[in-house]
Amino acid sequence: MTLRTLKGIVLKIGFWVLVAVLMVYAIFPFYYAVVTSLKPSSELFQVSYWVDSVDFSNYAAVLSQPTFLAAIRNSVIVAVSVVLIALLLGLTAAWALGRVRFRGRTTVMMIVLGVSMFPQVAVLSGLFEVIRTLDLYNSPGGLILSYTIFTLPFTVWILTTFMRQLPDELEEAAIVDGASPWVTLTKVFMPLLWPAMATTGLLAFIAAWNEFLFALTFTLTDSQRTVPVAIALISGGSQYELPWGPIMAASVIVTVPLVVLVVIFQRRIVSGLTAGAVKG
Amino acid sequence: MAGVKLERVNKRFGSTRVIDDVSMAIGDGEFVVFVGPSGCGKSTLLRLIAGLESITHGDLLIDEQRVNNLTPQERGIGMVFQSYALYPHMSVYQNIAFGLKLAKADKQTVDERVRQTAKILQLDGLLERLPKALSGGQRQRVAIGRAMAREPKILLFDEPLSNLDAALRVQTRNEIARLHERLGSTMIYVTHDQVEAMTLADRIVVLNAGHVEQIGTPRELYERPASRFVAGFIGSPKMNFIEVTAHPVPEQGCRVEISAVGQRTLPLAFSAGSASEATLGVRPEHLIPSPSKDGQGLEIVNVEYLGSEAYLYLERDDGELLVCRTQASSSFQRGERVVLDFDPVHAHLFDRDGRAMAPLARHESITEPQGTMS
Repeated sequence: MTLRTLKGIVLKIGFWVLVAVLMVYAIFPFYYAVVTSLKPSSELFQVSYWVDSVDFSNYAAVLSQPTFLAAIRNSVIVAVSVVLIALLLGLTAAWALGRVRFRGRTTVMMIVLGVSMFPQVAVLSGLFEVIRTLDLYNSPGGLILSYTIFTLPFTVWILTTFMRQLPDELEEAAIVDGASPWVTLTKVFMPLLWPAMATTGLLAFIAAWNEFLFALTFTLTDSQRTVPVAIALISGGSQYELPWGPIMAASVIVTVPLVVLVVIFQRRIVSGLTAGAVKG
Repeated sequence: MAGVKLERVNKRFGSTRVIDDVSMAIGDGEFVVFVGPSGCGKSTLLRLIAGLESITHGDLLIDEQRVNNLTPQERGIGMVFQSYALYPHMSVYQNIAFGLKLAKADKQTVDERVRQTAKILQLDGLLERLPKALSGGQRQRVAIGRAMAREPKILLFDEPLSNLDAALRVQTRNEIARLHERLGSTMIYVTHDQVEAMTLADRIVVLNAGHVEQIGTPRELYERPASRFVAGFIGSPKMNFIEVTAHPVPEQGCRVEISAVGQRTLPLAFSAGSASEATLGVRPEHLIPSPSKDGQGLEIVNVEYLGSEAYLYLERDDGELLVCRTQASSSFQRGERVVLDFDPVHAHLFDRDGRAMAPLARHESITEPQGTMS
């Protein structure tokens, strides 16, 4: 064996070792949550990295709690609403910011970006007052409002960037065909922006789905809570017991929808980025 | 179908004047080509007519109706864009039908019109394809089909052939000419290619720096250019320009002295009262070379043989080149010296402002230019 082939083999092995390390680093926490959730509570503190016996008692325990089911329902309502509102407003704003020339356009973009830089805590008390005034406290509406505020900046920025890449002549062709701005936006631009919308929609969904601080602050009763708060508030038999099994089971249940969404939209996102199917 | 009238149309972007007091009348069913170097404002002028840009000052009339503030659709125009701008996510059928559907035509009418349009443009078999599955020429035809499906009064073309390769360009040029004959609609066509302009146009509008240099038929522009700019722009290879001093001769026109040619009297009405500087223009095909016997004359620095004809490049004393068209069978060689002759009837003389001098009345064998000068 020559030195050159040996070097090649070593490099190849090194590459795959690196890949393996990265995979473990990224996936292990989630994997361990799955493993833990499948153990009966009696075996919980025996460290093992493989699933020896599958035990669904934790899942049964979690899913039999009406408050958890209500939390999932609330989360779905909130996340879906946030995505729809953010995409609708984001798309129309992106059209204005990316397509219409007006004075102060850059300033508006900068303000939009600036808003997104504030930490959540900084606006918490102010937002709390707003929500109280609007009578949205302890309801999904309050969460939808507050999440939309934090989702819109990046939605607008990403969609504006994509919108600017679409050729001017496409819009002019639509104008000549007699299309109003709304028709141009929905019938011509939206189908072309679909990959960008899938990406931003997904990010908005994940953000809304996993948000904790606002969800904890703006809700009071179990029936109005979203999943992250509900999981955090799962309690054991006494205050000295943390029910790890049910918590892990609940975590897995709420993560699965995200994974499914990413898998569904992944091909769209990738195809959108590579095809660039814009050039007429 | 309708005529278009521009009355002192101006367009400013900020403080830059892009279109400067342009007036013209385009007749019903006429094929007019806007031509000029890049940046002369020809595309802007087309977009003003289309309604994609607003007119800063002046009036635009279609069918005797002021349309300055109407949308492109209300003006009844169809437009073919340089990059085609087909909707990439729609099939050929949907692309052509889009405007019709927006105009709230019923399904049957839409279907009829689309199929009829497709038939005219030979797109029958391609209706279900997406634009990305079409060749350049086919995309071009879809773009034309989309523009004409609504049966607009006026069809506008913005450099529609510039994205096609040379062979396809000639073919599509022919198709557009035939289409005009068939539809009989008013067409306005923008190009920087003077061959396209000459072959397609009923009348050509030559634009330069935002104003109209000359309007006329291809023949008028070629044979009687109103200015030095038009003379240099129309025709390939370019017209030869020679700086001369011209002396007015009563009744006969004016006399010029040219090196390697000698004195000639041109039948042109000389505007200045006394001798003054002018530019003589002679097209390559009107320069007649003959071998120099005494070693005088101009040296041939290059011979371009094109099969059907040949071009001689002659160097003058000041280093400028003259181009001269000869028959392919002529035996001129590089390095030889030739003397030149030309028929004074085919000569053009431009004053110091670049304006052409009009031919004397009795020598008017060629149609008088009707174009306006500005």
